[in-house]
Amino acid sequence: MTDTNARQLAAEVIRISGADPKKCMKCGKCTATCPAFEEMDYHPHQFVDLVDKGQVEKLMNAKGIWTCLSCFACLERCPRMVEPARLIEAVRVAVIRQQGMNHLKPQDIPELLDENLPQQAITSAFRKYAK
Amino acid sequence: MVFSYFPGCTLKTKAKDLDLYTRKSSEALGLTLEELPEWQCCGAVYPQPRDEIATKLSSIRSLAAARDLGRDLVTVCSACHHVIKRVNRDVQTDADMAFKANNYLQLETPYHGETRVLHYLEVLRDVVGFDRLAERVVHPLKGRKIGAYYGCLLLRPSREMEFDNPENPTILEDFIRAIGAEPVLYANRNECCGGYITLEDRPLAVKRASAVTASARAQGAECLITACPLCLYNLRENARDHLEICYFTELLAEALGVKEGGGPQ
Repeated sequence: MTDTNARQLAAEVIRISGADPKKCMKCGKCTATCPAFEEMDYHPHQFVDLVDKGQVEKLMNAKGIWTCLSCFACLERCPRMVEPARLIEAVRVAVIRQQGMNHLKPQDIPELLDENLPQQAITSAFRKYAK
Repeated sequence: MVFSYFPGCTLKTKAKDLDLYTRKSSEALGLTLEELPEWQCCGAVYPQPRDEIATKLSSIRSLAAARDLGRDLVTVCSACHHVIKRVNRDVQTDADMAFKANNYLQLETPYHGETRVLHYLEVLRDVVGFDRLAERVVHPLKGRKIGAYYGCLLLRPSREMEFDNPENPTILEDFIRAIGAEPVLYANRNECCGGYITLEDRPLAVKRASAVTASARAQGAECLITACPLCLYNLRENARDHLEICYFTELLAEALGVKEGGGPQ
């Protein structure tokens, strides 16, 4: 990816997220409170930092975008209202809006089902992982 | 008092208990919940990106339908409430999104966020009142130690949900007291159970759900109540520690003496 493309991509992620990574004061509270911390490779504070530095491509390949629980703990507890969850979501969307990049495909669903699984689980998975 | 009611996809299928006991308890309390005609699934996850329009339309249709009926819109599933309440706020505060959505929908009267969205717990607290609810209880759940499981979606983001204090909520504990039981406070009551991740990474869902039930059991809870079908599933099926998990409406119906006679699940 050229520098220009990388800058454009970062600007787009910031635009659709509605968040401003420049407000971050690097306190780390978002990552400290994240319930998926141990399973993430890049953590909430790194999403804020790397988007700010224009390094979105790195995040697009991160496992963390699929591991985020969208629980809004980081967003609620950020003392500067940086809203890391919105940035993580914007990176995830930057991936699945590419052709052929849906993370979940309808044909994967049958083998994931069990008798008690609520429809809500399937609906939310499609909204999170596919366009 | 008559409200429009949005049950949502799961309440018609795997969470029939949540729907059934909401209807029975509201009837016993003299409230009328009228299901919105031809409502559509809210999508279960609030679309965070600012440029999302299509994913918000089903919520706007329900909001506009309630507005046309001149009623507040009552939800009971945590996810439906979260999505519909936030989309409503977007319509109120994001003129560009509202313009595009209205331009697409071509409603007879454009929708500008007029509808008030209430969770059933808010109706119990703010319309019925927990004191009055307590007076209507015929079978107080005496001696039952119940943990409130709030999870994420009812509380956060607090400046949008305006539901309760996000770090020290009380609405469910007050509800538990009103039905005669004893609320048990525990650390993980407002931490995520990991329900969303169950299809993607089940071990993570197991870990998070187990953290919630272990935290509740350590404080002496015998049962947890929730408003979210996905939390219920995750805490029941994925937590290592098998604690009784039920919908808050089931205990409400029990306390009001209207639980029996419910249809088979």
